[in-house]
Amino acid sequence: MSTEFVGLAVLMLAVTYPSRAVGLLVPGIHRLPKPALDYLQLVGPAVLSAIGAVAVLVRVPEDGPPTFGIGVDSFAVLAALLITAWRRNLLFGILVAVAIAVVARALGLG
Amino acid sequence: MTDAPTADPASAAIDAGADLRGHRRRLVLDGLGIIVTAVGFGFVYGLAAREDAGFSPVEVVAMSTLVFAGAAQFAAVGYIAAGVAWPGVVLLTALLNARHILYSASIAPWFAGRSLPLRAIAAHLLTDEAYALSMAHFRRTGRADLWGYWFAAIAVTFIPWNLATLAGVVVGGSIPEPEAFGIDVIFPGAMLGLAVGLITGRREIVAAFVGAGVGIGVGLAMGTAVGIIAGGVIGPAVGLLVPERAAHEMAPLGTTPSAERYAMPGTHLRPDRRREPDE
Repeated sequence: MSTEFVGLAVLMLAVTYPSRAVGLLVPGIHRLPKPALDYLQLVGPAVLSAIGAVAVLVRVPEDGPPTFGIGVDSFAVLAALLITAWRRNLLFGILVAVAIAVVARALGLG
Repeated sequence: MTDAPTADPASAAIDAGADLRGHRRRLVLDGLGIIVTAVGFGFVYGLAAREDAGFSPVEVVAMSTLVFAGAAQFAAVGYIAAGVAWPGVVLLTALLNARHILYSASIAPWFAGRSLPLRAIAAHLLTDEAYALSMAHFRRTGRADLWGYWFAAIAVTFIPWNLATLAGVVVGGSIPEPEAFGIDVIFPGAMLGLAVGLITGRREIVAAFVGAGVGIGVGLAMGTAVGIIAGGVIGPAVGLLVPERAAHEMAPLGTTPSAERYAMPGTHLRPDRRREPDE
């Protein structure tokens, strides 16, 4: 069984852990000025939105530059977003999104 | 139990314990959605790692336990499949995971006074999902209930993710078309749903929309990894442009409105158990 990529995993850990640890391990990081703390409170919504939007609206072909694309998955995720915002229920939103994607694809829509 | 202020310390302690149990129960139920995400996304990752990059089960387990960063792991599979050399993969990983610097600094105040080994372990388990769930929990409780962090990081994310990635690489080959089962919509749906859970005012809304827009725009021009980082950096900056008096912050930290804002249906405390924090 191949173990070649275990080395790559160690290297990826080496560049990931410092990002996760710097805030938690540097003393006094929580004594940042209020604007900095306000900024950090907004990071979560911004980053999570960017990840979700990019994942569902930016297509990355094997060869060629990224392109903008709307598909069944886009509408399914939009439904999940709206349901989660409306009902405050992430699990329900995800299940609806999966159901929409499954049904739409079964109907040959995407 | 009524809405009247609690008179004696013993009753207050009992009520506080009941509130904490309620908040933890809500966290557990909220975490179910994330477990679904972790299992679905992890399974697809295991499948992709085997099919696209030729990972063995040992290599997938190493990635999921050591790196423990879904988006970066997925990206790495794509780049390995495209023939990118290891230095390029490592650079991409560093770029994509740089957002954790901001998460780490954001959550650090809740870990003030905790031991160095505890914070060091907590850092390794800091993911998008653990951050969002535990921050919401801390806001609801108004204090750092570390049980909530370990639950979000380990029970909701680390264990399901690792088991699912292993299942994906071992048995995933028998599923010919994962997209037919809608597995591909789980991850973006969860990311956006988690973002919704963190919105408590107009600043967060602006930050989220700008983050998404910048992420898409920069992602199209410079690649998705750069787009995500750009959205995560620029979105909050634009959000701060909303004047404080116009921000309509509905849920200051540690208050009942904060808890209510983050509540998920079916997990609300009963009305007769709600109390204002200063009562």
